[in-house]
Amino acid sequence: MSVDVALFYLFAAMATASAVAMVVNVRNTVAAAMSLVICMVSLAGIYVVLEAHLIAVVQIMVYAGAIVVLFIFVVMLLNLRQDSFPPGRMRGLKFLGSLAGLWFLARFLATQAEYLPQTVALEEGFGGYRHLGMALFTDYLLAFEATSLLLLAAIVGAVILAKRRLDT
Amino acid sequence: MIPIEHVIGLSAILFTVGTLGALTRRNLIVILMSIELMLNAVNLAFVGFARAWGDLGGQIMVLMVITVAAAEVAVGLGIVIAMFRNRDSVNIEDVSLLKW
Amino acid sequence: MPWDVVAKSLFILVVAVAALAPVVTWVERKQSAVMQDRIGANRADLFGIRLLGLLHPAADVLKLIFKEDVVPIGANRVMHLVAPLIAAVAAIISFAVIPYGATYQFGDSTVNLVAADIDWGLLYIFAVGSLAAYGTILAGWASNSNWSLLGGIRASAQMISYEVTMGLSVVGVFMVFGTLKLTDMAFAQDATFRLLGFLEVFGVVDHLPRWLAWIQLPMWGVFLQPLGFIMFLTAIMAENKRPPFDIPEGESEIVAGYHTEYSGMRFGLFFMAEFIEVIVIAGLMTAIFLGGWSIPYLPQERIIGALEPLFGSGMANLLCMVAHVSTFLLKVVFMIWFQMVLRWTQPRFRYDQMMDLCWKILLPLSIANAFVTGTIILLVRSYGS
Repeated sequence: MSVDVALFYLFAAMATASAVAMVVNVRNTVAAAMSLVICMVSLAGIYVVLEAHLIAVVQIMVYAGAIVVLFIFVVMLLNLRQDSFPPGRMRGLKFLGSLAGLWFLARFLATQAEYLPQTVALEEGFGGYRHLGMALFTDYLLAFEATSLLLLAAIVGAVILAKRRLDT
Repeated sequence: MIPIEHVIGLSAILFTVGTLGALTRRNLIVILMSIELMLNAVNLAFVGFARAWGDLGGQIMVLMVITVAAAEVAVGLGIVIAMFRNRDSVNIEDVSLLKW
Repeated sequence: MPWDVVAKSLFILVVAVAALAPVVTWVERKQSAVMQDRIGANRADLFGIRLLGLLHPAADVLKLIFKEDVVPIGANRVMHLVAPLIAAVAAIISFAVIPYGATYQFGDSTVNLVAADIDWGLLYIFAVGSLAAYGTILAGWASNSNWSLLGGIRASAQMISYEVTMGLSVVGVFMVFGTLKLTDMAFAQDATFRLLGFLEVFGVVDHLPRWLAWIQLPMWGVFLQPLGFIMFLTAIMAENKRPPFDIPEGESEIVAGYHTEYSGMRFGLFFMAEFIEVIVIAGLMTAIFLGGWSIPYLPQERIIGALEPLFGSGMANLLCMVAHVSTFLLKVVFMIWFQMVLRWTQPRFRYDQMMDLCWKILLPLSIANAFVTGTIILLVRSYGS
């Protein structure tokens, strides 16, 4: 087993464990958020193994560095020290449903395995910022510009939601 | 060489965990975090396929998804703060007035 | 193969973390003393030897290690323990991508003086910096104290905001050098450019005195991107949370902010992280804007070319390496001194002033800077200067 394969399974185990830890942590929201950070950093490690270097850095900068910090900021702003909510109804049923969905996905993968792509050899610099930037600003320019529109809508929405009174 | 099946399998597991969290948890902030986890699982699948095909389209898609996630969090947390102001709680059971 | 990485990491740890960081704490005290007309720390002595107070850092570390380690009641013990570690580790590992020397040939082996020569070095610094925010935020949350919580909230808002402008303010530098790799940036800055060369595009050079048109400047980031230099320095100093941007620990309002409830070496780690970050900032500013290891007007090949007939190839490379590393350290020391002067001459910003500075001044300016830089680069390229 080469180093990158070993790293993949290590990061996969870390990501799974921290994701489960986030979902089952019903007492401390900040600890749940920290589990999410660990999960995202492990995913960034997997991205590096999968030759997506720029995506890995963006993952850490945006997800771990900004989005989860925003979550923790809101938790601290609202001062939610104890999170002792009663768990929702029909938990067992939902758990079983999730397991059934996972089983279905596994079956699907197993039956369709022959149609999955064979891993090809990559050109030099695949996933680096040069290649990605070139693709983003030529082939995917329309999608990129549409994203800026989405961000503008989100900014306006967030400001309106967070304002106490709209007329002031 | 990492088999693509394992990448997709990990993505499926993470997506299931995220779904479970979004369905069972009552804390609105944790529900949002679970949705982030689901988006991350999808990203992982995209990156895995991009690696397998040798096609950058998957990675471009991940950049788009990350942007959508950032926008979603900005609006979602705005909703959380507005809700906390009105209801003094982030329990999702407290905003069930429109539920039949 | 891994041995050279170990050696480089050890060099960084010894020079930057073990030697420079304690000295910086001493410099901070002496600098403030000089600026405020005091004598400053000079009392620690070992058998009557005082060394201008240089023994104070050692005394401080010893004192902090032997102090009682207090964890407040109701604090989250795990996070309270982890927070200073995150802060210190994030500060130390930022050094990995900062080049402190060029590439040198020794026989048939090449020595490259940077611990990790990765293609997206500057993005790595941003990623590590964004993770460093967790140290502060967790410390504020885990201490179970309102002062700490307020400090943590302020820190998280400040660090997210300034991360955005920090990234955008160096976009112009990316464009000028065409790379994100810090070693390539340093190599590019080893050259010179004609100050008014871009005026040839418009054909006005002929009307100027000839000597003016041929003035050469070293191709440093600070000359190509003066606005970027100021904005990046502002944003990265705000990331470090030192005065005048120290509202997360503003002692006149919230005791000591996020590290109010820390004592002993855990407090020491926060303190250390802050000073290591000062050195990281100095190294980064040097690598991006001040030409890194390069000696102005003396490119590497000219130094080696001049020394090679006298000493032979290996010795010439070695001498050049020594000269480059000393130049780098000299520039780093200058940037550290510059930060100290800023820190002791500026009053603390108010919270809203700081947010205004970030979102209403730095952000539009950095976008305009990127736009203007792109336009100029396009013009120069299309006219084939």
